[in-house]
Amino acid sequence: MDTQFIFSIVQQLSVGLIESCKIFLLTLLFSMPLGLLVAFGRMSKWTPLKCFASDKFLEQIHILQTAQGKEEKTAFSLRAKSAFFLFKPIQFVLKVFIAILRGTPLMLQLFAIYYGPYYIFGIPISMEYRFTAVIIAFSVNYSAYFAEIYRAGIESIPVGQYEAATVLGYNKVQTFFRIIFPQMCKRVLPPVTNEAITLVKDTSLAFVISYTEMFTLAKQISAAKTTIMPLIVAGVFYFIFNAIVAFVMERIEKKMNYYR
Amino acid sequence: MKILEINHCNKKFGENEVLKDISLSVAEGQVVSIIGPSGSGKSTLLRCATLLETMDGGDLIYLGDYAAKADPQGKAVYASKQELQGIKQHFGLVFQNFNLFPHYSVLKNITEPPILIGKRPKEEVYAEARVLLEKMGLADKENAYPYQLSGGQQQRVSIARALAMKPKILFFDEPTSALDPELTGEILQVIKELAAEHMTMVIVTHEMSFARDVSNHIIFMDGGVIVEEGEPNQIINHPQQERTKAFLHRFQQ
Repeated sequence: MDTQFIFSIVQQLSVGLIESCKIFLLTLLFSMPLGLLVAFGRMSKWTPLKCFASDKFLEQIHILQTAQGKEEKTAFSLRAKSAFFLFKPIQFVLKVFIAILRGTPLMLQLFAIYYGPYYIFGIPISMEYRFTAVIIAFSVNYSAYFAEIYRAGIESIPVGQYEAATVLGYNKVQTFFRIIFPQMCKRVLPPVTNEAITLVKDTSLAFVISYTEMFTLAKQISAAKTTIMPLIVAGVFYFIFNAIVAFVMERIEKKMNYYR
Repeated sequence: MKILEINHCNKKFGENEVLKDISLSVAEGQVVSIIGPSGSGKSTLLRCATLLETMDGGDLIYLGDYAAKADPQGKAVYASKQELQGIKQHFGLVFQNFNLFPHYSVLKNITEPPILIGKRPKEEVYAEARVLLEKMGLADKENAYPYQLSGGQQQRVSIARALAMKPKILFFDEPTSALDPELTGEILQVIKELAAEHMTMVIVTHEMSFARDVSNHIIFMDGGVIVEEGEPNQIINHPQQERTKAFLHRFQQ
């Protein structure tokens, strides 16, 4: 009887596991490329206000920027001026974006994206929107983390790689996609694996907007049958899921080990 | 014919003038060595010539094409991106740290730039690359990755990579400084062979006897200026300036 009960739990949770897998795969699919865009924006050096600055100021800034390691106390007025004229709007916006997404709970972000359209714009929430909201919240949240991982990866590539490519005549796009990006991918694999594993466990957060994934089901069965067995089974499922993720990522790492 | 001409080049890092009114010209087939103490500006000069740094003032001319032209105030005004892209095809640079692309095999390191940038037919580029590798003594290494090679082998690949673009002039930025004495010899040998084939080259080096043997012209730089230049034998063995004498003193013993 006991084994039959466990078997029925496993059967019921499997349905939820498929939902968890969907969240996991779709989030990775959207957040990984989105993270690259966020990383580009975060590294943007575009200074649209610079053209309004005076030549004298630009001269002073040029001297400061090219002064090799000489740390001099910059006059307050010059600092204030550079804060204004050298303002990087894209970088600023993405810094704020990342700060908010990393600085607030994912649970809160799920609420905001699910209920936000109704409370702010009065748009009625449809049943189908629930899954969309989960995917949007997860993808956007994870893109912030991926962006910072990518940035670390890109910035760790030696400057000599850029110089060699430049001298050979590669333009910026060619340099990035042929020389920098492949090397970045190899370097970011371990932290990306970390994020993927965290994501598997985070899928359980979808229950807060009553999206029925594995953990939601486990809790429901557990409450109905007054037993913790479903939670234990769910734990085992998450563990196996992550073991598979770790195994796959390790295989990819090994595949990229053909160079150092 | 003049391959490279630099007129009145000035370069500052902050308040620090690293290049002061440097002029030099390199004719076809000429091998010019630039020697001098660390911080004398030799590497910066090479980086300006290869467009890795921008000059503050002066002209930079390759085969009559202006990469940068001084305006009436002497300030260097650079050509458009497109024009510079074309001018880049005239020169190659061999780095101190090789800077090979680690994720490419030896053959791909050499063949990708001519195919991708030079838009040349694949078969031709591959055939030429194999000839170059043969010449560098690396015929059996075409499928190796850079990390599997010794420093000397990596540097030979990077020379092959530069040559595959068929540059009119090849720059070397201290090509042996990252190598031990044994490996240094093999690189110097390769450069000597190139000189024998009348490859136009500018070499920044600390190897005095090599500079004397391989070059037609030696430039001694210190403090951002050309202190002395001329025939190799004259500069290395009979320097006129006190500063040059002091620098070469240890070498002559």
